Amino acid sequence: MSTPKQRLVAIANQAPLFLGLVLLWMLLWGSFSWLNLLTGTLLATLVSVGFYLPAVELGLRLNPWYTVLYLIRLGFDIVRGSLQVAVLALSPRYTPSNAIVAVHLRTRSDFILTLTGVSTSIVPGAIVVDVDRVQSTLYLHVLNVAHPEQVERFRNGVLAEERRIVMALGSREDVERLHRVSGEDRSEKDQRARDQHANEKLKRGGTA
Amino acid sequence: MTDELRDVISAVLVLAGAVMCFAAGIGVIRFPDVLSRLHAATKPQIFGLMAITADVALNNFTVGTVTLVMAIVVFQALTAPVAAHMVGRAAYDTHHVRVDVLIIDELGTRPE
Repeated sequence: MSTPKQRLVAIANQAPLFLGLVLLWMLLWGSFSWLNLLTGTLLATLVSVGFYLPAVELGLRLNPWYTVLYLIRLGFDIVRGSLQVAVLALSPRYTPSNAIVAVHLRTRSDFILTLTGVSTSIVPGAIVVDVDRVQSTLYLHVLNVAHPEQVERFRNGVLAEERRIVMALGSREDVERLHRVSGEDRSEKDQRARDQHANEKLKRGGTA
Repeated sequence: MTDELRDVISAVLVLAGAVMCFAAGIGVIRFPDVLSRLHAATKPQIFGLMAITADVALNNFTVGTVTLVMAIVVFQALTAPVAAHMVGRAAYDTHHVRVDVLIIDELGTRPE
């Protein structure tokens, strides 16, 4: 079986989530008392043992400065995204024009992939239609894009979002990979193919 | 904080929340297909919820309320995208997507 050291690492990995569950329990009751702490701990144990799931690799690194930056930017983006969709919904001259875009992320961590997907869903942007976990690729439905340039801008926005999350919470390897591979050159080749595809589709739409 | 100032902030927050929820409702009706409607159902709604709960926290400023409000917003922000993803994926797989309003579909043309 596992060595004591491995077991310790596993416990350290799960501790933040366990504490989060206890904290949530106390939040739901709205008070921090010893009874709440006790029942919360019991319930968290019950939940983590009873509803067992494979452990999430958190990476155990948190850069407070980048986390604050990420959260501020996220809050700002939520407001901006909401206003955009609201304006679009109320605009009298709305013509639908959407896209489903593949974004190749640079991270190899499920946790970062999930966070990026969730973040892009609430900021100006996208609904996650499909996830290719092996390739770290998100397939995103983007509202109101009419030109290939806008698609590119959106793609770069998602990569920037991923970058902020990796800088805040990503493991050291992920940060290194971020510096090594810039998203553009990884997908530059199929990029051109996609642009061509989009142009053709636009042309066809124009003549039909 | 004076009462007048608090009333003004309250009014702004409630109005903003109501407008956002209203826009979300309009969007759900006006947008052409399932995937577009999901945008309307997730985004303005989160901001609307944030505004309304911020107003509740402002008018009932205790540790219990503020922490509960934060928990509500965090969990809404975490779960709404997941729900949207499940619905969106089901819609895509069953072809309930208007392909004519898509300028690019990289999921349909992805290399196998």
